[in-house]
Amino acid sequence: MIILWTDALIYLLIAVMLALGLYLRGKEHIQRPLQQIGCNKIGMVSLVVLLFFVLIGLLDSVHFKPADDKQNEIVSLLDYWATPLREHGEKTYSAPFATTLYSKEMMMLEDGSMQWGYPRLEFGGRHLTNPETETIPDILQKALYGWAQGASLIVFFIFLMWTLSAERYQRLTGNSTAKAVLAVVFVIVSCSYALIYLSGYYHVFGTDKVGEDVFYQAVKSIRTGLVIGTLTTLIMLPMAIIFGILAGFFRGWVDDIIQYIYTTLNSIPGVLLIAASILMVQVYMANHEADFTSVIVRADMRLLFLCMILGVTSWTGLCRLLRAETLKLREMEYVQAASALGVKQGAILLRHILPNVMHIVLISVVLDFSSLVLAEAVLSYINIGVDPTSYSWGNMINGARLEMAREPIVWWSLTAAFVFMFALVLAANLFADVVQDAFDPRRSGNE
Amino acid sequence: MTQYIIRRLLYSLPLLMGVNILTFVLFFVVNSPDDMARMQLGQKHVTEQAIANWKQQHGYDVPLLWNNGAQGEKKITDTIFYQKSVGLFLFRFGVSESGRNIGADIKERAWPSLAVALPTLMVGLLVNICSALMMVLFRNSYVAKDGVYAASRSGSGAALEHAGIVLCVILMSISSLFYIIGGQFVIGKVLRLVPISGYDDGMAAIKFLVLPVLIGVFSGIGSGARWYRTLFLEEVGKDYVRTARAKGLSETQTLFRHVLPNAMIPILTGVVVVLPQLFMGSLIMESFFSIPGLGSYTIDAINSQDFATVRAMVFLGSVLYMIGLLLTDISYTLVDPRVRLS
Amino acid sequence: MNNPILAIEHLSVTFNYRQTVVDDISFAIHAGETFALVGESGSGKSITALSVLRLLPNNARLKAEAIKLNGDDLLKRSEFELCKIRGRRIGFIFQDPMSSLNPVMTIGSQIEEVIKLHFDLPRDALKQRALELLQQVEIPAPQQRIKDYPHQLSGGQRQRVMIAIALAGKPDLLIADEPTTSLDVTIQAQILALLKNIQQQTGMALWLISHDLALVSSIADRVAVMQQGKIVETGATAEFFSQPKHPYTRKLLNALPSMQSCLTHSAEEKPPLLQVSDFYCYYPIRKGLFKRIVDYVRAVDGVSFNIQQGKTLALVGESGCGKTTLGKSLLNLIPGSGRVVINGVELNALSGEALRQQRANIQIVFQDPFSSMNPRMLVGDIIAEGIRALHPKLSPEQRKARVGQLLQQVDLPEDSALRYPHEFSGGQRQRICIARALAVDPKLIVCDEPTSALDVSVQAQIIQLLKTLQQEKGVSYLFITHDLAVVAEIADDVAVMYKGKIIEQGSVAEILTQPKQAYTKKLLAAVPVLEVGQSADKR
Repeated sequence: MIILWTDALIYLLIAVMLALGLYLRGKEHIQRPLQQIGCNKIGMVSLVVLLFFVLIGLLDSVHFKPADDKQNEIVSLLDYWATPLREHGEKTYSAPFATTLYSKEMMMLEDGSMQWGYPRLEFGGRHLTNPETETIPDILQKALYGWAQGASLIVFFIFLMWTLSAERYQRLTGNSTAKAVLAVVFVIVSCSYALIYLSGYYHVFGTDKVGEDVFYQAVKSIRTGLVIGTLTTLIMLPMAIIFGILAGFFRGWVDDIIQYIYTTLNSIPGVLLIAASILMVQVYMANHEADFTSVIVRADMRLLFLCMILGVTSWTGLCRLLRAETLKLREMEYVQAASALGVKQGAILLRHILPNVMHIVLISVVLDFSSLVLAEAVLSYINIGVDPTSYSWGNMINGARLEMAREPIVWWSLTAAFVFMFALVLAANLFADVVQDAFDPRRSGNE
Repeated sequence: MTQYIIRRLLYSLPLLMGVNILTFVLFFVVNSPDDMARMQLGQKHVTEQAIANWKQQHGYDVPLLWNNGAQGEKKITDTIFYQKSVGLFLFRFGVSESGRNIGADIKERAWPSLAVALPTLMVGLLVNICSALMMVLFRNSYVAKDGVYAASRSGSGAALEHAGIVLCVILMSISSLFYIIGGQFVIGKVLRLVPISGYDDGMAAIKFLVLPVLIGVFSGIGSGARWYRTLFLEEVGKDYVRTARAKGLSETQTLFRHVLPNAMIPILTGVVVVLPQLFMGSLIMESFFSIPGLGSYTIDAINSQDFATVRAMVFLGSVLYMIGLLLTDISYTLVDPRVRLS
Repeated sequence: MNNPILAIEHLSVTFNYRQTVVDDISFAIHAGETFALVGESGSGKSITALSVLRLLPNNARLKAEAIKLNGDDLLKRSEFELCKIRGRRIGFIFQDPMSSLNPVMTIGSQIEEVIKLHFDLPRDALKQRALELLQQVEIPAPQQRIKDYPHQLSGGQRQRVMIAIALAGKPDLLIADEPTTSLDVTIQAQILALLKNIQQQTGMALWLISHDLALVSSIADRVAVMQQGKIVETGATAEFFSQPKHPYTRKLLNALPSMQSCLTHSAEEKPPLLQVSDFYCYYPIRKGLFKRIVDYVRAVDGVSFNIQQGKTLALVGESGCGKTTLGKSLLNLIPGSGRVVINGVELNALSGEALRQQRANIQIVFQDPFSSMNPRMLVGDIIAEGIRALHPKLSPEQRKARVGQLLQQVDLPEDSALRYPHEFSGGQRQRICIARALAVDPKLIVCDEPTSALDVSVQAQIIQLLKTLQQEKGVSYLFITHDLAVVAEIADDVAVMYKGKIIEQGSVAEILTQPKQAYTKKLLAAVPVLEVGQSADKR
């Protein structure tokens, strides 16, 4: 097993979240909003979708060197399972479910003569003998078969749950949120089964310029999106929390310095700061090629740098919010009572200030997630995002954009990136909305 | 007031100095001028002589911070830090790595940027406020039924409002890249209403500007309308709104005469802070529509790794930001009678 | 009596479909009379008033047989028609004039807006009428004030503007929802007099909503008492106060603090516990290019006083006089300068760790029971916080035992320790705060308006608790308040504070019966009192 830098941070993030969960388990002020989220249909459905994405991302974060590998290649668990997809490359573009290439070329017929036409794909629809007539029934049949497999799996699990504890099950299905969640789980699992099954025989989202399966690219991009959305937060949170609270609590020269720092950082246009830093990273990498042995390590380092830079440019907003809130809190009477009781300042910060600003931190983390995922695409487009060799929706869009002028248009890369990104960001936005409603004391009043 | 402005201007000096130091560290300390020269001249097979020549051409042939070889004050002035910083502070941006005059380029390219960004901002503001107002208006409708009266949240108005919010969330979940690509495809390619991209001087520019402005406005509706809606709702919950209704004003009158002026304070000041930065243009818009503004200028600089230009743009950006902050404070005193500068 | 101007028949209001706030009430208000609706907070009195004009918040549902204004059922009126009644036939005054006025409109335009809405007047006449109204509510120099924004006026003037707005439509009925609660005593009296005066001039009916029985007794013709959404008793004022029928009414009347009780305090001299001399608390005003200090806000301007062991000194004054600043800076929560000696230790000479150790001597109980406890902590941890900080050697068991003991002392069940503050009512929370202060065995507790956010009946209980604790533990109080009636109940000595200075101090009987300073006299005169005969036979 090989642990890349971002993998390590993801594991750290999970550990932190588990620890936080354990610590907050009994706290009532956390429980109430959580229950409110639990009862919200939209919130739970989007959470399920998010978790599905996270699961794929996690599978893609366990890296190792396959034992039978000849090349010096690092693959993830996801790659391992998707080996057929990964290796079934075509020559160049092919449309979704196509059996032939997208462009005509000279090909050699069986009798040795040359002909100008659409050559058959090497893998997509290879099993068909007569593609013109067989394709559609075959796709339908295979989709149904895969779908039925997934559906029966879910039904089996529901049945299992029911037999294990019929009473609890009934309570669960009695409530409409649980029903919605079950329905979504059913749809996700059965449809992904169908997709996986089909992708063994066809390129469901077509192939790109170098013949790589677009479906595989889109799935691999999930990890990049998630990493940017979460690790950036992990990097910026400590800075934002510590600086924000200290500035608000101690005021005076501490406040002056921290305000100076974040105003300075804020005054530089974010994109330019990112661009400048990425340029520097590029120069650094170019000059220290020896340190980055494989492509994947290099791409990973650049991803990590991007997260760090995004973190540096984005902590100021949260820091300012926390500073303002702390300024308000330190005048609260319970903080004054604590200092009247002789409680030390460190303890006041930890016991009185920090727990009372945590809802702001939480809300800003979920709100930031989707905007970071969107930002990744834009940055990749201007070539200051992730490494051009790594899979990301931004890179997919960037690559496909140049083909917009082609007739007929190559639309599938864009569509795939759009569908995946939209699903993730929409789920994140809806979930963020619900979290904000539950945790923001100002919101609960007027809704 | 004047004293306040002077103090703010003085305060922005250390901030600009901070920006300057930060960019200096990023550009010269993390990577030495030698690295940059190698980068510019191609990675391998670069002779020492070529590097030295390049450095001399671009003024990087002096030490970074302290010139031991020079005499007197030249120890400080004959350094990269001093020369490059002084140039920036006097708005003499020098020449780019490819030999063009950056200052002249900026002057020339700022106007196309503004021509795209300003209409986008203004139209966007109008559209966002209108859609937010509509959602708030739909919100309350009194429903009377069987002697029970309630400010209902289940009527058709509330359903419309809910649909509006969901639409906002959907709109803001789509990457701006898709808006641009989709817009170019549908309007420019399929319907052929306006040219897909390009720019022209004078009034001829309008046909090129319509599409980017339209797309810019549209891609901002989701988040903008939702944000303004929360601002409006915050004001709607306040006591003076109840007073207004107790006076006998209708819902609509209350909204326009009392809620709107109060909610406009944060909205307007939020707009003022970005006004100066409109000169900087939008990176992706300008590059997609090939508009020769500062945004695409920046992208070109980034892509060709033109450090001098990027540095100049960073400095310019922060100066504009600080002007924006100052304008915000001044505009507060104009729109909010409670605020006075001291 | 003639036909009622407003008749409410079987009105109920529920919140969020389950919480009934107003429960099937009916009453009538007649033309020209002053009707007072009295109740403690949460009894539904404001909601009743808002229901008449359908100004309820979004989550409320209103059900009624009829709400008749001059025989015309308002429930049958559409929203559009109701707009012609709001402000024209019924005027409304809200509790907090600061938040109830639009901050970005001049007061003139806010008044003119109502006139324009309901009368067809030319521009000049509009302004003339607005000026008349400002004159009517006795705002000095209305010509200049009319261009002012609400924040440029004082609290009393803002409430006058609210009244002018309510009067602008020449209404038949004026609803005043706690019109004086957020104001100082002296201003309170002026506003009430103004309301009464205007009512006599115009002959309109006045519906006064208040929690203050004493205030109501001086102005109302008829009184109704509301408890938990129901009207428990209605009657003409004289009858109501002399022969209260309902037990709840009697309880309310008995809970009223009485000015006479000061005569019962002992005048025995005890050694001083706290000596404060020449105490100052200045805030710098910075101006100019480099923020030089040009002047100071003199929040506390050279005060000296002593507090005797086991006795209570009441610090009385109106809002903004510096009494809270003084209290907090005695605890070093706000920087101040001057000599503060407690129990022989000079506090102002200490800092850092030495000061922290001395903190056990002097503790504080705040005004607002809702913001004075960390909502994220268990009550037990809140009380134990001081013990942990100042007696770190105690074992967790000892600490727990101590918390249990403290809860018992303030009459709270022992299992309260494992609950969160929001589960308690205002009075209970104030008890927890007292327990928190007591936890470190202080010699002196600064009570910063501890009862002013509470209802009368709860207020009496808290004062009783404080008195009992004083007898048991011999703790001294610095009791900061604006309420002279409470002073009479609890204090041994009184210091009157005005603009940062103590202008008069002495024993409670002296100050309350023979005040020397004009300001003290004014304060005393402004306190609303029930008729003396009534308060005498209550004791």
